Amino acid sequence: MTRRNPPLRERHADRGASFTGFGGWEMPVEFDSITTEHEAVRETAGIFDVSHMGEIEVAGPDATRLMQRLTTNDPSGLVPGEAQYTAVLREDGTLIDDTVVYRLPDDRVAEITGNTDGEAYLFVPNAGNDIDTYDRWVDYRDNEDLAATVRNVTEEWAMFAVQGPDAPGIVNDAADADLTALGRFDLTATAVAGVDCLVARTGYTGEDGFEILCPWGDAETVWDTFDVQPCGLGARDTLRIEQGFLLSGQDFHPDDEPRTPYEAGIGFVVDTDTAFVGRDALVNAGDPERAFVGLELLDRGIARHGYEIVDGETVGIVTSGTKVPTLDRPVALGYVPTALAEPGTEVDVLVRGRETAARVTEPPFGD
Amino acid sequence: MSFDVPSDRRYLESHEYLTDDEPHRVGITDFAQDELGDVVFVELPDEGEELSAGEEFGVIESIKAVSDLYIPVTAEVTAVNEELFDRPELVNEDPYDDGWMLEVEPTGDDGDLLSADEYDDQIQ
Repeated sequence: MTRRNPPLRERHADRGASFTGFGGWEMPVEFDSITTEHEAVRETAGIFDVSHMGEIEVAGPDATRLMQRLTTNDPSGLVPGEAQYTAVLREDGTLIDDTVVYRLPDDRVAEITGNTDGEAYLFVPNAGNDIDTYDRWVDYRDNEDLAATVRNVTEEWAMFAVQGPDAPGIVNDAADADLTALGRFDLTATAVAGVDCLVARTGYTGEDGFEILCPWGDAETVWDTFDVQPCGLGARDTLRIEQGFLLSGQDFHPDDEPRTPYEAGIGFVVDTDTAFVGRDALVNAGDPERAFVGLELLDRGIARHGYEIVDGETVGIVTSGTKVPTLDRPVALGYVPTALAEPGTEVDVLVRGRETAARVTEPPFGD
Repeated sequence: MSFDVPSDRRYLESHEYLTDDEPHRVGITDFAQDELGDVVFVELPDEGEELSAGEEFGVIESIKAVSDLYIPVTAEVTAVNEELFDRPELVNEDPYDDGWMLEVEPTGDDGDLLSADEYDDQIQ
Protein backbone atom coordinates (compact mmCIF):
# COMPACT_ATOMS: atom_id res chain seq x y z
CA MET A 1 0.00 0.00 0.00
CA THR A 2 1.27 3.46 -0.81
CA ARG A 3 2.29 5.40 2.26
CA ARG A 4 0.77 8.80 2.88
CA ASN A 5 3.25 11.60 3.46
CA PRO A 6 2.92 14.63 5.71
CA PRO A 7 3.25 17.93 3.80
CA LEU A 8 6.73 18.59 5.21
CA ARG A 9 8.26 15.17 4.58
CA GLU A 10 11.13 16.56 2.47
CA ARG A 11 11.79 19.33 4.94
CA HIS A 12 12.04 16.81 7.80
CA ALA A 13 14.36 14.60 5.73
CA ASP A 14 16.62 17.60 5.05
CA ARG A 15 16.69 18.26 8.80
CA GLY A 16 18.07 14.72 9.29
CA ALA A 17 14.94 12.95 10.50
CA SER A 18 14.61 9.20 10.27
CA PHE A 19 11.17 7.91 9.33
CA THR A 20 8.83 5.11 10.27
CA GLY A 21 5.57 3.75 8.95
CA PHE A 22 2.68 4.50 11.28
CA GLY A 23 -0.99 3.95 10.50
CA GLY A 24 -0.24 4.06 6.77
CA TRP A 25 1.77 7.29 7.05
CA GLU A 26 5.50 7.83 6.64
CA MET A 27 6.32 9.96 9.69
CA PRO A 28 9.50 11.28 11.36
CA VAL A 29 10.39 8.99 14.26
CA GLU A 30 13.51 10.81 15.40
CA PHE A 31 15.20 14.11 14.51
CA ASP A 32 18.17 14.14 16.89
CA SER A 33 17.72 11.52 19.61
CA ILE A 34 14.65 10.39 21.50
CA THR A 35 16.39 11.34 24.74
CA THR A 36 17.16 14.89 23.55
CA GLU A 37 13.63 15.34 22.22
CA HIS A 38 11.93 13.89 25.31
CA GLU A 39 13.97 16.10 27.62
CA ALA A 40 13.27 19.22 25.54
CA VAL A 41 9.52 18.72 25.96
CA ARG A 42 9.81 18.12 29.71
CA GLU A 43 12.21 21.04 30.30
CA THR A 44 11.56 23.68 27.61
CA ALA A 45 9.51 22.96 24.48
CA GLY A 46 9.37 20.77 21.41
CA ILE A 47 7.35 20.69 18.19
CA PHE A 48 5.82 17.55 16.67
CA ASP A 49 4.45 17.10 13.17
CA VAL A 50 1.28 15.09 13.82
CA SER A 51 -0.26 15.53 10.38
CA HIS A 52 -0.95 11.79 10.40
CA MET A 53 -3.88 12.52 12.71
CA GLY A 54 -7.15 12.36 10.79
CA GLU A 55 -9.63 15.22 10.64
CA ILE A 56 -13.35 14.69 10.11
CA GLU A 57 -15.72 17.62 9.96
CA VAL A 58 -19.39 17.24 10.86
CA ALA A 59 -21.87 20.13 10.46
CA GLY A 60 -25.56 20.78 10.12
CA PRO A 61 -28.85 20.70 12.06
CA ASP A 62 -28.33 17.08 13.22
CA ALA A 63 -24.56 17.31 13.70
CA THR A 64 -24.79 17.17 17.50
CA ARG A 65 -27.11 14.19 17.35
CA LEU A 66 -24.79 12.33 14.98
CA MET A 67 -21.78 12.98 17.20
CA GLN A 68 -23.77 11.95 20.26
CA ARG A 69 -24.72 8.62 18.70
CA LEU A 70 -21.23 7.67 17.59
CA THR A 71 -19.10 8.88 20.51
CA THR A 72 -19.32 7.92 24.19
CA ASN A 73 -19.07 11.38 25.72
CA ASP A 74 -21.87 13.94 25.40
CA PRO A 75 -20.92 16.69 22.93
CA SER A 76 -24.23 18.53 23.42
CA GLY A 77 -22.75 20.42 26.36
CA LEU A 78 -19.87 21.86 24.33
CA VAL A 79 -20.07 25.55 23.50
CA PRO A 80 -18.32 26.84 20.37
CA GLY A 81 -14.56 26.73 21.02
CA GLU A 82 -14.66 23.84 23.49
CA ALA A 83 -13.26 20.34 23.07
CA GLN A 84 -13.70 17.00 24.80
CA TYR A 85 -11.87 13.67 24.92
CA THR A 86 -14.13 10.82 23.84
CA ALA A 87 -14.23 7.33 22.37
CA VAL A 88 -15.77 5.45 19.45
CA LEU A 89 -17.12 1.97 20.21
CA ARG A 90 -18.35 -1.08 18.40
CA GLU A 91 -21.84 -2.32 19.14
CA ASP A 92 -20.28 -4.80 21.63
CA GLY A 93 -18.85 -1.94 23.70
CA THR A 94 -15.18 -2.37 22.73
CA LEU A 95 -13.00 0.52 21.63
CA ILE A 96 -12.46 1.31 17.97
CA ASP A 97 -10.67 4.59 18.61
CA ASP A 98 -10.23 7.44 21.06
CA THR A 99 -10.37 11.00 19.82
CA VAL A 100 -10.82 14.66 20.67
CA VAL A 101 -13.99 16.38 19.44
CA TYR A 102 -13.69 20.12 18.88
CA ARG A 103 -16.79 22.26 18.54
CA LEU A 104 -15.74 24.84 15.98
CA PRO A 105 -15.78 28.50 17.01
CA ASP A 106 -18.87 30.28 15.66
CA ASP A 107 -16.92 32.85 13.68
CA ARG A 108 -15.26 30.16 11.59
CA VAL A 109 -18.03 27.65 11.03
CA ALA A 110 -19.37 29.11 7.79
CA GLU A 111 -15.91 29.72 6.39
CA ILE A 112 -14.63 26.24 7.20
CA THR A 113 -17.68 24.13 6.51
CA GLY A 114 -19.63 26.28 4.07
CA ASN A 115 -22.52 25.65 6.42
CA THR A 116 -24.51 28.20 8.39
CA ASP A 117 -27.20 25.97 9.78
CA GLY A 118 -26.61 24.11 13.03
CA GLU A 119 -23.51 23.20 14.98
CA ALA A 120 -20.13 22.26 13.52
CA TYR A 121 -17.54 19.86 14.88
CA LEU A 122 -14.13 18.67 13.90
CA PHE A 123 -12.63 15.54 15.41
CA VAL A 124 -9.34 13.76 15.02
CA PRO A 125 -9.36 9.98 14.44
CA ASN A 126 -5.97 8.34 15.00
CA ALA A 127 -3.57 7.72 12.11
CA GLY A 128 -5.08 5.57 9.40
CA ASN A 129 -8.53 5.46 10.99
CA ASP A 130 -9.89 8.44 9.07
CA ILE A 131 -11.29 6.50 6.11
CA ASP A 132 -13.18 3.85 8.14
CA THR A 133 -14.36 6.55 10.54
CA TYR A 134 -15.68 8.70 7.72
CA ASP A 135 -17.59 5.68 6.32
CA ARG A 136 -18.99 4.91 9.76
CA TRP A 137 -20.30 8.46 10.16
CA VAL A 138 -21.80 8.61 6.67
CA ASP A 139 -23.45 5.17 6.98
CA TYR A 140 -24.98 6.03 10.33
CA ARG A 141 -26.19 9.40 9.09
CA ASP A 142 -27.81 7.82 6.02
CA ASN A 143 -29.41 4.96 8.00
CA GLU A 144 -30.88 7.38 10.53
CA ASP A 145 -31.72 9.97 7.91
CA LEU A 146 -29.90 12.76 9.77
CA ALA A 147 -29.26 16.20 8.27
CA ALA A 148 -25.50 16.66 8.56
CA THR A 149 -22.58 17.04 6.20
CA VAL A 150 -19.59 14.81 6.91
CA ARG A 151 -16.26 15.50 5.26
CA ASN A 152 -12.91 13.74 5.56
CA VAL A 153 -10.53 16.72 5.59
CA THR A 154 -7.46 14.80 6.76
CA GLU A 155 -5.38 16.02 3.85
CA GLU A 156 -6.61 19.59 4.07
CA TRP A 157 -5.21 20.18 7.56
CA ALA A 158 -1.64 19.79 8.73
CA MET A 159 -1.33 19.42 12.50
CA PHE A 160 1.53 20.44 14.76
CA ALA A 161 1.82 20.05 18.52
CA VAL A 162 3.99 22.53 20.41
CA GLN A 163 4.42 21.13 23.91
CA GLY A 164 6.42 21.86 27.03
CA PRO A 165 6.58 24.39 29.87
CA ASP A 166 7.77 27.12 27.48
CA ALA A 167 5.24 26.25 24.76
CA PRO A 168 2.41 28.61 25.82
CA GLY A 169 4.63 31.68 25.61
CA ILE A 170 6.22 30.59 22.35
CA VAL A 171 2.94 29.90 20.57
CA ASN A 172 1.34 33.02 22.03
CA ASP A 173 4.14 35.16 20.59
CA ALA A 174 3.48 33.74 17.11
CA ALA A 175 -0.31 34.15 17.25
CA ASP A 176 -2.58 37.16 16.80
CA ALA A 177 -5.00 36.16 19.57
CA ASP A 178 -4.12 36.16 23.27
CA LEU A 179 -3.62 32.42 23.72
CA THR A 180 -2.60 32.69 27.36
CA ALA A 181 -6.32 33.26 28.07
CA LEU A 182 -7.25 29.99 26.36
CA GLY A 183 -8.24 27.32 28.89
CA ARG A 184 -7.29 23.65 28.79
CA PHE A 185 -9.33 21.88 26.07
CA ASP A 186 -10.41 25.21 24.56
CA LEU A 187 -10.06 26.07 20.90
CA THR A 188 -9.84 29.33 18.99
CA ALA A 189 -9.40 30.51 15.42
CA THR A 190 -6.42 32.82 15.01
CA ALA A 191 -3.54 33.63 12.70
CA VAL A 192 -0.23 31.95 13.52
CA ALA A 193 2.72 33.39 11.59
CA GLY A 194 0.10 35.16 9.48
CA VAL A 195 -1.68 31.90 8.55
CA ASP A 196 -5.32 31.29 9.57
CA CYS A 197 -5.23 28.36 11.98
CA LEU A 198 -7.27 26.58 14.62
CA VAL A 199 -5.35 26.46 17.89
CA ALA A 200 -6.37 24.23 20.80
CA ARG A 201 -4.86 23.90 24.26
CA THR A 202 -4.59 20.13 23.98
CA GLY A 203 -1.79 17.61 23.67
CA TYR A 204 -0.54 14.08 24.28
CA THR A 205 2.58 14.68 26.36
CA GLY A 206 1.30 15.64 29.81
CA GLU A 207 2.82 19.10 29.36
CA ASP A 208 1.09 22.39 28.74
CA GLY A 209 0.99 23.48 25.12
CA PHE A 210 -1.07 23.73 21.98
CA GLU A 211 -2.09 21.75 18.96
CA ILE A 212 -2.27 23.81 15.79
CA LEU A 213 -4.33 22.89 12.74
CA CYS A 214 -3.19 24.81 9.69
CA PRO A 215 -4.02 24.53 6.00
CA TRP A 216 -1.91 21.77 4.37
CA GLY A 217 -0.43 24.22 1.85
CA ASP A 218 0.75 26.68 4.54
CA ALA A 219 2.39 24.06 6.74
CA GLU A 220 5.92 25.24 6.11
CA THR A 221 5.24 28.84 7.14
CA VAL A 222 3.77 27.74 10.44
CA TRP A 223 6.39 25.04 11.17
CA ASP A 224 9.26 27.42 10.42
CA THR A 225 8.05 30.10 12.78
CA PHE A 226 8.86 27.88 15.78
CA ASP A 227 12.53 27.77 16.67
CA VAL A 228 12.24 24.84 19.08
CA GLN A 229 13.44 21.23 19.18
CA PRO A 230 11.72 19.18 16.45
CA CYS A 231 10.48 15.89 17.88
CA GLY A 232 9.47 12.62 16.25
CA LEU A 233 7.06 9.82 17.04
CA GLY A 234 9.72 8.12 19.19
CA ALA A 235 9.65 10.88 21.80
CA ARG A 236 5.88 11.23 21.40
CA ASP A 237 5.66 7.56 22.46
CA THR A 238 8.00 7.80 25.48
CA LEU A 239 6.23 10.98 26.64
CA ARG A 240 2.74 9.47 26.44
CA ILE A 241 3.84 6.17 28.04
CA GLU A 242 5.34 8.14 30.95
CA GLN A 243 1.89 9.73 31.42
CA GLY A 244 0.00 6.45 30.98
CA PHE A 245 -1.93 7.71 27.93
CA LEU A 246 -3.49 5.10 25.64
CA LEU A 247 -2.23 4.58 22.11
CA SER A 248 -5.07 3.55 19.78
CA GLY A 249 -4.29 0.35 17.90
CA GLN A 250 -1.69 -0.70 20.45
CA ASP A 251 -3.18 -0.41 23.95
CA PHE A 252 -6.56 -1.30 22.47
CA HIS A 253 -7.56 -2.59 19.06
CA PRO A 254 -11.00 -3.82 17.94
CA ASP A 255 -9.62 -7.20 16.78
CA ASP A 256 -6.24 -7.76 18.45
CA GLU A 257 -6.86 -6.16 21.86
CA PRO A 258 -10.62 -5.61 22.30
CA ARG A 259 -11.17 -3.55 25.44
CA THR A 260 -14.04 -1.55 26.83
CA PRO A 261 -13.38 2.05 27.91
CA TYR A 262 -13.80 0.88 31.52
CA GLU A 263 -11.06 -1.75 31.15
CA ALA A 264 -8.85 0.80 29.40
CA GLY A 265 -9.22 3.25 32.29
CA ILE A 266 -11.15 5.92 30.39
CA GLY A 267 -14.59 5.38 31.92
CA PHE A 268 -14.66 9.15 32.49
CA VAL A 269 -15.43 9.68 28.78
CA VAL A 270 -18.54 7.49 28.94
CA ASP A 271 -21.87 9.22 29.47
CA THR A 272 -24.48 6.46 29.67
CA ASP A 273 -27.29 9.03 29.65
CA THR A 274 -26.81 9.33 25.89
CA ALA A 275 -27.78 6.61 23.42
CA PHE A 276 -24.40 5.97 21.77
CA VAL A 277 -23.47 2.85 19.81
CA GLY A 278 -22.09 0.34 22.33
CA ARG A 279 -23.89 1.82 25.32
CA ASP A 280 -26.19 -1.12 26.03
CA ALA A 281 -23.38 -3.65 25.86
CA LEU A 282 -21.36 -1.54 28.34
CA VAL A 283 -24.25 -1.16 30.76
CA ASN A 284 -25.03 -4.89 30.64
CA ALA A 285 -21.42 -6.00 31.03
CA GLY A 286 -21.15 -5.11 34.74
CA ASP A 287 -17.87 -4.39 36.47
CA PRO A 288 -14.74 -4.92 34.35
CA GLU A 289 -12.61 -7.96 35.19
CA ARG A 290 -9.40 -6.35 33.97
CA ALA A 291 -7.74 -3.02 34.49
CA PHE A 292 -5.19 -0.99 32.56
CA VAL A 293 -2.22 -0.35 34.84
CA GLY A 294 1.31 0.96 34.87
CA LEU A 295 4.23 -1.36 35.64
CA GLU A 296 7.67 -0.43 36.87
CA LEU A 297 10.30 -3.05 36.15
CA LEU A 298 12.41 -3.91 39.17
CA ASP A 299 14.89 -6.30 37.48
CA ARG A 300 17.03 -5.66 34.41
CA GLY A 301 14.94 -5.90 31.25
CA ILE A 302 12.51 -3.93 29.15
CA ALA A 303 8.90 -5.01 28.74
CA ARG A 304 7.53 -4.61 25.23
CA HIS A 305 4.15 -4.86 23.49
CA GLY A 306 2.85 -8.43 23.64
CA TYR A 307 4.98 -9.67 26.57
CA GLU A 308 3.07 -11.76 29.10
CA ILE A 309 2.43 -10.64 32.67
CA VAL A 310 2.66 -13.62 35.04
CA ASP A 311 1.77 -14.32 38.65
CA GLY A 312 2.47 -18.03 38.88
CA GLU A 313 0.55 -18.37 35.61
CA THR A 314 -0.14 -15.95 32.77
CA VAL A 315 -2.49 -13.26 34.07
CA GLY A 316 -2.15 -10.37 31.66
CA ILE A 317 -0.42 -8.70 28.77
CA VAL A 318 1.89 -5.74 28.24
CA THR A 319 0.54 -3.43 25.56
CA SER A 320 3.23 -0.70 25.65
CA GLY A 321 6.66 -0.63 27.22
CA THR A 322 9.92 1.21 26.89
CA LYS A 323 12.76 2.87 28.71
CA VAL A 324 11.67 6.45 29.31
CA PRO A 325 14.81 8.62 29.11
CA THR A 326 14.04 10.63 32.25
CA LEU A 327 13.14 7.64 34.46
CA ASP A 328 15.60 5.25 36.09
CA ARG A 329 13.48 2.14 35.64
CA PRO A 330 11.90 0.77 32.46
CA VAL A 331 8.12 1.12 32.53
CA ALA A 332 5.18 -0.51 30.82
CA LEU A 333 1.42 -0.33 30.44
CA GLY A 334 -0.88 -3.32 30.24
CA TYR A 335 -3.88 -5.23 31.46
CA VAL A 336 -4.09 -7.30 34.66
CA PRO A 337 -7.04 -8.83 36.56
CA THR A 338 -8.60 -6.18 38.81
CA ALA A 339 -7.48 -8.20 41.87
CA LEU A 340 -3.86 -7.43 40.88
CA ALA A 341 -4.43 -3.80 39.88
CA GLU A 342 -3.72 -2.24 43.28
CA PRO A 343 -0.57 -0.04 43.15
CA GLY A 344 2.31 -1.83 44.86
CA THR A 345 1.23 -5.32 43.76
CA GLU A 346 4.22 -7.32 42.53
CA VAL A 347 3.99 -9.42 39.38
CA ASP A 348 6.48 -10.69 36.80
CA VAL A 349 6.83 -9.86 33.13
CA LEU A 350 8.17 -12.56 30.81
CA VAL A 351 11.08 -10.89 29.01
CA ARG A 352 12.35 -13.35 26.39
CA GLY A 353 11.21 -16.25 28.56
CA ARG A 354 12.69 -14.90 31.80
CA GLU A 355 10.51 -13.83 34.71
CA THR A 356 11.35 -10.21 35.44
CA ALA A 357 9.98 -8.61 38.60
CA ALA A 358 7.67 -5.63 38.18
CA ARG A 359 5.47 -3.52 40.42
CA VAL A 360 2.02 -2.17 39.59
CA THR A 361 2.15 1.64 39.63
CA GLU A 362 -0.41 4.29 38.85
CA PRO A 363 0.84 6.55 36.02
CA PRO A 364 2.16 9.15 35.52
CA PHE A 365 5.42 7.41 36.36
CA GLY A 366 8.16 9.11 38.30
CA ASP A 367 5.98 11.30 40.50
CA MET B 1 26.12 10.98 6.75
CA SER B 2 29.41 9.15 7.09
CA PHE B 3 30.25 6.53 9.66
CA ASP B 4 33.51 5.47 11.20
CA VAL B 5 34.73 2.05 9.94
CA PRO B 6 38.18 1.36 11.48
CA SER B 7 40.53 -0.83 9.47
CA ASP B 8 41.90 -2.77 12.47
CA ARG B 9 38.92 -5.11 12.57
CA ARG B 10 36.58 -7.21 10.42
CA TYR B 11 32.81 -7.13 10.20
CA LEU B 12 29.62 -9.13 9.89
CA GLU B 13 26.87 -7.98 7.53
CA SER B 14 24.70 -7.77 10.64
CA HIS B 15 26.98 -4.94 11.90
CA GLU B 16 29.11 -6.65 14.56
CA TYR B 17 32.90 -6.24 14.54
CA LEU B 18 35.82 -8.45 15.62
CA THR B 19 39.15 -6.75 16.33
CA ASP B 20 42.30 -8.15 14.70
CA ASP B 21 44.49 -7.67 17.76
CA GLU B 22 44.31 -9.68 20.96
CA PRO B 23 42.37 -9.71 23.08
CA HIS B 24 39.83 -9.99 20.25
CA ARG B 25 36.90 -7.78 21.04
CA VAL B 26 33.35 -7.94 19.71
CA GLY B 27 30.89 -5.05 19.53
CA ILE B 28 28.63 -3.23 17.09
CA THR B 29 29.55 -0.60 14.53
CA ASP B 30 29.09 3.14 14.49
CA PHE B 31 26.49 2.71 11.74
CA ALA B 32 24.55 0.18 13.83
CA GLN B 33 24.46 2.34 16.96
CA ASP B 34 23.20 5.26 14.89
CA GLU B 35 20.46 3.15 13.32
CA LEU B 36 19.33 1.90 16.74
CA GLY B 37 19.28 5.28 18.42
CA ASP B 38 19.56 5.63 22.19
CA VAL B 39 20.73 2.26 23.54
CA VAL B 40 19.09 1.50 26.87
CA PHE B 41 19.71 -2.20 27.52
CA VAL B 42 22.30 -4.84 26.67
CA GLU B 43 22.05 -8.53 27.46
CA LEU B 44 25.32 -10.46 27.15
CA PRO B 45 26.43 -14.08 27.70
CA ASP B 46 28.42 -15.28 30.71
CA GLU B 47 32.18 -15.62 30.72
CA GLY B 48 33.24 -19.09 29.63
CA GLU B 49 30.34 -19.59 27.26
CA GLU B 50 31.26 -21.20 23.93
CA LEU B 51 29.64 -19.84 20.80
CA SER B 52 29.67 -20.84 17.12
CA ALA B 53 30.26 -18.29 14.37
CA GLY B 54 26.98 -16.63 13.42
CA GLU B 55 25.21 -17.67 16.62
CA GLU B 56 23.18 -15.20 18.68
CA PHE B 57 25.16 -14.03 21.68
CA GLY B 58 22.91 -11.39 23.15
CA VAL B 59 20.32 -8.71 22.71
CA ILE B 60 20.58 -4.96 22.40
CA GLU B 61 17.62 -2.66 22.94
CA SER B 62 17.28 0.97 22.07
CA ILE B 63 14.23 2.99 23.07
CA LYS B 64 12.58 2.12 19.78
CA ALA B 65 13.92 -1.32 18.82
CA VAL B 66 15.09 -4.74 20.01
CA SER B 67 17.89 -6.44 18.03
CA ASP B 68 19.77 -9.72 18.33
CA LEU B 69 23.56 -9.72 18.42
CA TYR B 70 25.60 -12.27 16.43
CA ILE B 71 29.08 -13.58 17.14
CA PRO B 72 31.53 -13.16 14.22
CA VAL B 73 33.72 -16.16 15.12
CA THR B 74 33.54 -19.53 16.86
CA ALA B 75 35.00 -18.66 20.23
CA GLU B 76 34.93 -18.84 23.99
CA VAL B 77 33.87 -15.72 25.88
CA THR B 78 36.78 -14.62 28.10
CA ALA B 79 35.41 -11.29 29.32
CA VAL B 80 32.15 -9.35 29.27
CA ASN B 81 31.91 -5.56 29.43
CA GLU B 82 29.76 -5.33 32.55
CA GLU B 83 30.06 -1.53 32.45
CA LEU B 84 27.38 -1.64 29.74
CA PHE B 85 24.81 -2.97 32.22
CA ASP B 86 24.89 0.36 34.05
CA ARG B 87 25.87 2.56 31.12
CA PRO B 88 24.43 1.10 27.89
CA GLU B 89 24.79 4.56 26.32
CA LEU B 90 28.53 3.80 25.95
CA VAL B 91 27.55 1.81 22.84
CA ASN B 92 26.31 5.07 21.30
CA GLU B 93 29.10 7.24 22.59
CA ASP B 94 32.07 5.02 21.77
CA PRO B 95 31.07 1.81 19.95
CA TYR B 96 34.64 0.80 19.01
CA ASP B 97 36.34 1.40 22.35
CA ASP B 98 34.48 1.88 25.65
CA GLY B 99 31.35 0.37 24.10
CA TRP B 100 32.91 -3.07 23.40
CA MET B 101 30.79 -6.04 24.43
CA LEU B 102 32.86 -9.25 24.61
CA GLU B 103 36.44 -10.42 24.63
CA VAL B 104 36.75 -13.79 22.95
CA GLU B 105 39.32 -16.52 22.37
CA PRO B 106 38.69 -18.01 18.91
CA THR B 107 38.42 -21.81 18.99
CA GLY B 108 37.42 -22.48 15.40
CA ASP B 109 36.24 -20.92 12.18
CA ASP B 110 35.39 -17.33 11.75
CA GLY B 111 32.35 -16.79 9.60
CA ASP B 112 32.51 -15.04 6.27
CA LEU B 113 33.80 -11.73 7.60
CA LEU B 114 33.98 -8.48 5.66
CA SER B 115 37.02 -6.23 5.49
CA ALA B 116 36.59 -2.60 6.55
CA ASP B 117 36.35 -1.57 2.88
CA GLU B 118 33.76 -4.24 2.11
CA TYR B 119 31.70 -3.28 5.15
CA ASP B 120 31.97 0.39 4.28
CA ASP B 121 30.57 -0.40 0.81
CA GLN B 122 27.68 -2.30 2.38
CA ILE B 123 26.51 0.63 4.49
CA GLN B 124 26.78 3.24 1.74
